[in-house]
Formats: sequence, C-alpha cells, structure tokens
Amino acid sequence: MRYVIIGSGVAGIAAIEALRSVDTAAEITLIGDDPYGFYSRPGLAYYLTGELHDKALFPRTADDLRKLNFRYVNQRVTRILRAEHTLEMGDQSAIMYDRLLIAVGAQALPLEVPGADLEGVLKLDHMADAKHILKHARRGRTAVVVGGGITALELVEGLRSRGMKVHYLLRGDRYWSNVLDEQESRIVERRLREEGVTLHHHAEVIEVIGRNGKVSEIRLLNGQTLKCDLVAYAIGIRPRVELAKQAGLAIDRGILVNEYLQTNDPDIFAAGDVAQAYDPLSGRSILDSLWTPARQQGYTAGLNMAGRKTAYLKAPPFNVTRLAGLTTTIIGTVGRGRDDDLVGIARGDSETWRQLPDSVIAQTGFDVNRLRLLVGEKTLLGALVMGDQKLSLPLEKIISGHVDITPIRERLLVPNAKIADIVVEFWAGQKAYLT
Amino acid sequence: MTFLGLFKRDADKHTVLASGQVVPDPARCVQCGICNYNCPVDIDVRAHAWRGEPVNHSQCLTCGECVARCPRGVLRFEQTDLFTKGKS
Repeated sequence: MRYVIIGSGVAGIAAIEALRSVDTAAEITLIGDDPYGFYSRPGLAYYLTGELHDKALFPRTADDLRKLNFRYVNQRVTRILRAEHTLEMGDQSAIMYDRLLIAVGAQALPLEVPGADLEGVLKLDHMADAKHILKHARRGRTAVVVGGGITALELVEGLRSRGMKVHYLLRGDRYWSNVLDEQESRIVERRLREEGVTLHHHAEVIEVIGRNGKVSEIRLLNGQTLKCDLVAYAIGIRPRVELAKQAGLAIDRGILVNEYLQTNDPDIFAAGDVAQAYDPLSGRSILDSLWTPARQQGYTAGLNMAGRKTAYLKAPPFNVTRLAGLTTTIIGTVGRGRDDDLVGIARGDSETWRQLPDSVIAQTGFDVNRLRLLVGEKTLLGALVMGDQKLSLPLEKIISGHVDITPIRERLLVPNAKIADIVVEFWAGQKAYLT
Repeated sequence: MTFLGLFKRDADKHTVLASGQVVPDPARCVQCGICNYNCPVDIDVRAHAWRGEPVNHSQCLTCGECVARCPRGVLRFEQTDLFTKGKS
C-alpha cells in the first residue's frame, strides 16, 4: 500500500505515526513545500520574543524521523489527478498514491490595501516569515500591527520585545471581542499599554505608503497617518483548499470530511487546519486551527487510511495561550458574536468557542486573575481562565466529562458568588471519578 | 512562629522536589521546545510531553526550570509515593 501525505505540519507527522503503528511495511511519502519541514508553528511566537532559539523549534531530530521510515519530498504538489491516483509535482514528475492525506494547513489572509506589496509588510505563517520579521525588526524603529486574535498579539509582543515602538491598530472597540468579554479585553489592553504599546481603536488602514519600495507610513480611514518602518498583519486565516478544489473534492470553507476524516473521494482524507470536520455531536462541520486537534485528526486519519476505522470525536476545544503575559486557558464555548478585526477564523482559534449556547454567564476575579464560566442547563459549557491556572485542569475535566453540575448550579448563579471556591469544592468531590 | 513556618515551607518544598516528577498535559503542549531549551541537563522533556509520559529520567534534577518556563502550563510537579509513604 502506498500512502502519501501532503503537508509537513503536525497533522502529517501524526498520520505517519498512526500508519506506522498499524503497518510497518507500508510505503509512506511525505510531501511538503515548507523548506523547514516539521517544526512548532505556535512556537514561532516565542522565537519572535527571543525566549528560544530557532533550532529549538524542531521537535524531531533527523534520527527520530529516520526511525519512522518514510520518504520526504520537499516540493510543491501542483495537481491531484484522482482518476489516476497520481500527484503532479512542481518539477513535472509524478507521485502515485493508493491513499492520500491532505494536511496542508491554512495561510494568512492577505492585507488588501494599496501598498501591501511593499517591502516591510509582513505576515506570520511559517518559519521563513518569522525570520523575515526578525530581519526587519530593528530596535528603536516603529512597527504597526494590524489584526485581532492570538497571532496579532504575538506580533505585537514579539516586536515590542525586540525593542520596536509598536502601534497596535484595532478596527473594533476592543481586543478579540468574539472570544473575550469586555473586562478580559481591557485587562489585555491595559497590560499592553504598560509594556509601552500604543493602542488605536476604530483604526482601519486604508493605504501603506512607501519610499524606495519600502514601507514608510500608513494612512488610516480617519485621515490620520502614522510613520512606520514595518507593518505586520494577522487578520485571519484561510484553509489552503486550492488543490482539493481543483481536484473536485467537496469544499465549504475547508475540505469537507466525515467523522473518519474522509473526503467525498474514499481514497482521499484531510486533517488539520485545512479540514472542516463533521462533528456528530453538533451535526455541524467545524474549522479548528489548533495544534492539538490537528494532531488528533492527523492520527485518526492515519488509522483510517490504514483500514482501522476510527471516528474522530471532537473534544471540547481547548487552548492555552499567553495574552500580554497572562496565561489564558479557553475551554469549550466562551465567546459570541463577531470581531471587526478578524475575517473568519484566526490562528489558535476554534469555531466551537463561538457556538451560541443556551447558557448563563458566571464570572469572578479582579485584575489579572479572572474566571468566567458558561453555565448550561445541567453542565458547564465553557470556561475562560486568565492568570492563575489552578482551576483550568479541573474545569477541563468537568467540561469535557459533561459532569452534572446540578448540585452547584444555583450557587454559581447567585450574584457575586465565589465561583472559584464553589468549583474547587465541587472538584474535590468529583476528582476520584474523573482522574 | 514565622521562622517555624518558613522552615516548614522549605522542608515541604524539598520533599516535593526530591520525591516528585514532572508530568505533562499533552493537550496543552505545542512542542515549542522552551522546556528542552531551559533544561540544565538536556533532557528531552518535549518528547515526554508528546508521548504524555512523566519525565522519570534518572538525570532529572527536578529543578523546576521547565515547569516555570513553559508558556502554556503544560508541565506540573506530581508527588511520587516513593519517599513519602508512611510520613504524615
């Protein structure tokens, strides 16, 4: 059996591990167009801040990869010829497959304003982008960051750590408004100001102006101009569906797959940020752009490709991130509404966070330690834990285990209830059953 | 009282360090490698996190660098019973 995987991210690597666990003799080929191969894309944020060296971002040594026994082709696939079970490659050669996995991820949506092609207008998709940003990030110079969500904030923090003066432009009235509530947004914004970042609300870039082909200033919708040496943007991402589209596979916003990660062609699978996976629990097809679901989907797709029929059961989406230095855990459903700063989904985001549940909100905490719960009829639907993380593990178990919270529900909803204490006490009684 | 309290806290801390191990939560980990980067004895903590296994490495000093530096709270100390059994 010839297995071919397109995409060298975590979904692709996890798929190889799954294939190898079932079939030690299979012929496996991994095709990737990223010259750096497999590395931690979320870790690029810490490379930008200088917390680690680029070489530290590679989880596997050459020896580790050799042990998985696959052929690596660092090239671009130009076409999938489904009838022939063949991939047409950038150099006109061909690679045959029996089962194919598309795990090519997503890419940054372009900044569509005049001047966006000038040198110094930058995005953060890959390692090469991070290196490019660092090349431009000179101490004492000025950067403008455009966009919402996690990646934009990573750009702000990375550029600020490199000693740049940073202007952060938000089209809306607060940071990441479709996931955070107002108080959480304000906490993040205040901390950014304390770090010396200048925030601009209701600010929309309409033009990037250059001198000698390089960025020199930007113009805003309100007529204001800001002198700058660099513009970094993260306004959302788009699954890389072009190959699948050209091959006539079923597509919505991502490649549509069933719970076995299989497309409408039984020999082709998709996983990771490019896949829009059917969720049997909600009956919807959902985009995620998170590392752990990508890994789980890749692994499950690998098992299914090898004939081990295994359904991908989506756990409540869970992500931990650092927002202006504050560790923040987001579990299940927490947000609602839209965000003026994002066009669609952001990196490190899950659409499930924004399903509109029939729920009531309970919240506590002042300043940096904050807890917000979405309380459903009988269960907790979501939680956002900012700052102190002691409660995030218990909440993850309570939410993913759909634990009946009837005994504490009323107490949680009393105005000014000490919800953290109530959860701790409840958890003490549940722990034995859930761990 | 203050001194006694301090002393007790220190003793507790040492007990945890000596009898503990670093345990990862793989669902939080994005394999960034900050743990490995900061490990003074070059243990591949990240590989343990990928496999979801405790860092039961003979050279682990349980110094806590990886636990403290991880930006996503992947790692925590967990007490092993090895030396603490029978103690109150």
